[in-house]
Amino acid sequence: MSRAERHAAESERDLQSARCRYVLRLGDTALVLGQRLGEWVGHAPALEEDLGLANLALDLVGQARLLLTYAGELEGRGRDEDDLAFLRDAPEFMNLALAEQPNGDFAGTVVRQWLIDTWQLQLYRALAASTDTRLAAIAAKALKETLYHHRFSSGWLARLGDGTAESHERTQRALEELWRFTAEFFAPDEVDERVQAAGIAPALASLTAPWSLQVDADLAAATLRRPAVASYGWHGKRGVHTEHLGHLLATMQHLQRTYPGLRW
Amino acid sequence: MNEEWPLFEVFIRSRSGLEHKHVGSLHAADARMAVEHARDVYTRRQEGVSIWVVRSADIVASDPGEAEALFEPARDKVYRHPTFYVIPDEVKNL
Repeated sequence: MSRAERHAAESERDLQSARCRYVLRLGDTALVLGQRLGEWVGHAPALEEDLGLANLALDLVGQARLLLTYAGELEGRGRDEDDLAFLRDAPEFMNLALAEQPNGDFAGTVVRQWLIDTWQLQLYRALAASTDTRLAAIAAKALKETLYHHRFSSGWLARLGDGTAESHERTQRALEELWRFTAEFFAPDEVDERVQAAGIAPALASLTAPWSLQVDADLAAATLRRPAVASYGWHGKRGVHTEHLGHLLATMQHLQRTYPGLRW
Repeated sequence: MNEEWPLFEVFIRSRSGLEHKHVGSLHAADARMAVEHARDVYTRRQEGVSIWVVRSADIVASDPGEAEALFEPARDKVYRHPTFYVIPDEVKNL
């Protein structure tokens, strides 16, 4: 093998590894957020909201299944969606730190959901045109679901923000609390840059303006203030998580950890 | 909290071309939320392609006490049913 060939092979391996990691990040974000929403089942403020949140959770877990299955194939170590979901520890999870933040009160859940919906909306729209046809197909399916998620969360954002003095205050507080995690949406690292160069994913910077536009429109309808940009200390997509992910995984993975290989 | 939300009646069209049918009711704070709740509660298993919701309070209903006056008079007018025609065998789906 010539040096040029060796170089090309290495570059191809790098790309595959970046692609795998990128898909894993998308899948983990969907999975962790779906698990969080699932915690509301049986506890939501009304029966109808209970079902509504469960539907969102099921959409997200469905997206996670497709993405993790694909990531497992790209990895080439024989791990399937279940292995990846239930047998990895927190530092191996690549989800955005925002997704793992606790539900808080209903306003907290709505704000978290809305922030991720507005981001996924831009991302899936762009990914639907990915050169990776498998990823493009998953994104096209997820986009339809996300359009509804955003309808749901922006509706609640307006209802709570433009509701009573208390609901407004709680929603604004949740926004201030969670806003710092949005920096991660648009902070590219070498994985993002590698997949962008290959046409697999959009440049994160290109998503900022449309995201910002959508966010400002929704906030205006909800009479909420956009918080100031704050410094950012977490990199969930690099496996650096807040303390909350470990607890979430302990619940989610409990059965498989206690009874390895259990099926029903 | 639920008591404060008004009641809505939900109508679902199961396929294009068919009429909306009443499927039940639910609570919601406003009309938009009622459509979302109807979608989440009544169309999870692909039951519909269109949703109508209407505030239950906005439905004007007949009074059960007036049932005799309203419906009894039709009872002895069987000639209003199209049962006196002979339908040719060739006609299907009538």
